[in-house]
Amino acid sequence: MAEVRLINVNKKFETAWTRRRATGESAGVLAVNQLNLTIQDGEFLVLLGPSGCGKTTTLRMIAGLETATTGQIMIGDREVNQLPPGDRDIAFVFQFYALYPHLSVIDNITFPLRAQKLPPDEIKRRVERVARLLRIDHILKRRPNRLPSGEQQRVALGRAIVRQPQVFLMDEPLTNLDASLRAEMRVELKHLQQELGTTMVYVTHDQTEAMSMSHRIAVMNLGVLQQVGTPLEIYNRPQTLFVANFIGSPPMNLIPARLHDGRQIASEDGPLRLDLNGHRLQADSAQDGDRKVLLGVRSEDMHLADETDAADVSGVVTVREPLGDETIYQVETEAGALLVKTPPRIVRQPGDRVGLTIDRRRIHLFDRATEHSLLV
Amino acid sequence: MVASNTGSSSIGQRLLFWMALGIVFIFFMFPLYWILISSIKTRAEVTDRVPSFFPFIDFQPTLTNYQELITGETVESASGVQASGSRAEFRDRLINSVITAGISTVLAVGLGTLAAYAFSRFRIPASNDLQFFILSTRMLPPIVVLIPIYIFFTDLKLQDSFAGLIILYTSINLPFVVWMMKGFFDEIPVEYEEAAMVDGYSRLEAIWKIVIPEAIPAMLATAVFSAITAWNEFVFANLLNRNYASTVPPYLNSIVGVGAIEWGRVAAGSVLFVIPIVIFTYLVRNHLLRGVTFGAVRR
Repeated sequence: MAEVRLINVNKKFETAWTRRRATGESAGVLAVNQLNLTIQDGEFLVLLGPSGCGKTTTLRMIAGLETATTGQIMIGDREVNQLPPGDRDIAFVFQFYALYPHLSVIDNITFPLRAQKLPPDEIKRRVERVARLLRIDHILKRRPNRLPSGEQQRVALGRAIVRQPQVFLMDEPLTNLDASLRAEMRVELKHLQQELGTTMVYVTHDQTEAMSMSHRIAVMNLGVLQQVGTPLEIYNRPQTLFVANFIGSPPMNLIPARLHDGRQIASEDGPLRLDLNGHRLQADSAQDGDRKVLLGVRSEDMHLADETDAADVSGVVTVREPLGDETIYQVETEAGALLVKTPPRIVRQPGDRVGLTIDRRRIHLFDRATEHSLLV
Repeated sequence: MVASNTGSSSIGQRLLFWMALGIVFIFFMFPLYWILISSIKTRAEVTDRVPSFFPFIDFQPTLTNYQELITGETVESASGVQASGSRAEFRDRLINSVITAGISTVLAVGLGTLAAYAFSRFRIPASNDLQFFILSTRMLPPIVVLIPIYIFFTDLKLQDSFAGLIILYTSINLPFVVWMMKGFFDEIPVEYEEAAMVDGYSRLEAIWKIVIPEAIPAMLATAVFSAITAWNEFVFANLLNRNYASTVPPYLNSIVGVGAIEWGRVAAGSVLFVIPIVIFTYLVRNHLLRGVTFGAVRR
């Protein structure tokens, strides 16, 4: 068990000189940019972001499969930048499991233990424990490529757990499972991590996985860390426009607006007017005059009303998506197309005229230039 | 329409399929069969104007040709055993062929596999240019470089030596091995080695314990093709050797060239010459299919 610290870490992928010469491309791509992140001892931290955001590169740098261009990586109180992957006391679970196809399940699981030259009875004891924990006792003699993907997944986890490492590193390990199995494994992984208490860094692009399993989420985009926080902090108080957009389904409604004298919000199109009563602006944000902003409202923080007079904005239902436990309406308003989530008992048909009221306590405000949140 | 057709004509279609297969089979196998039966005929029967096809029916088979070829002694003359000019020469040549083809194949596959691994896994400056250069050495027929190589070999005193032929065949096969094996390595996910390295092994250990066992079908498939190339090679073997290191192909040619052509003996030599390659291919047949269809069957 150990803390993992990334201090001013940069990773630049150099472009091959032949390619540079041929295409005039710049000298390299900055995959990870000035990353500072501390993963606490025993914590389940999810690195979340779209593909190409640098999350997998970060994980591979912790593992030692990539070297950091600059910066420091600490596992416990050891700086590991110069250590080969095998000496870092970590275990890595790959997206495609990377189970050795020519070895049986039991040989796959004992493979890391044989590298450590553990005595045979210790190996046997550990394998038995892991097999019991993951319920794979019955397939130990089989070849991994003949197994269903759920069991392959368990074997890959087994190979990681059996080492009893300081840190687990997981690279989208549930991507290849079908939806129901994925939900099941999510619960199981979370349970496993609680039981073992080992620090876990988990990479995914799936916000459901991130929200449901982690203690904290680190959201990345274009190599830059956007925000670190508990799932609810990330959901309720997104610090950047990217986080607001990326987290939540359907995505947050963003209405182009102007902030007047740091108090009143008016949509650029249409009659939407809101007071900022009860909200505090960031210290450097309270300025006189107009400021271009984006007003963010989650679909569940708006309500449908029949009386269009009392509503903040009104419009016409264009699409109705009944999902069973809730219904999502797309409403075409003067301020733009807005998505509204309602309980299933509220039924409107496309073409109906409706009013929308906004829960003022739950609005978000982003500067259009900096894309940072203006509210504290 | 299609559905009604398949029911009624499936027997006809099958018949057609097997007939076509039979024609192709006969077309490719007849020459081999002809050599086989020629090797067990007497000289008179081989050169008979009316061809005979079936042993025990058309003619009485005999192993004389093989006996003569292997012992180097002529059995045929009525006055008893007679010394022949080429004492057991075929046997020596066959051993030479096994040595040169065997060692050069092992070297080509070994060296080529390592080079291919490097091309597949590491960022090598001008990697594409280097690979193209390696491939380009196969773009001209080897006979074009016959004279320069002859001069090289004379200067380096490699003529009529095992080392010479082995170096030559290794370098002829290397480009093929590099390109084949690079394709195979590209198909093996790099995560296998990464997993092994995270598990506490060095890269060399990861290659030895994980990559090579995975690559064995591909290596064997490549080895079969390399061995056949070296085994069959005639032009260089004929020109660069006198006697000591000479292989079977020039020898078979030399039988044809001396006096009355001993077709029976040529056929017997051809049969014996084919057998080692058939055995090798047969032994690795299970791997061969997987090796040749490597890219197609993986995910």
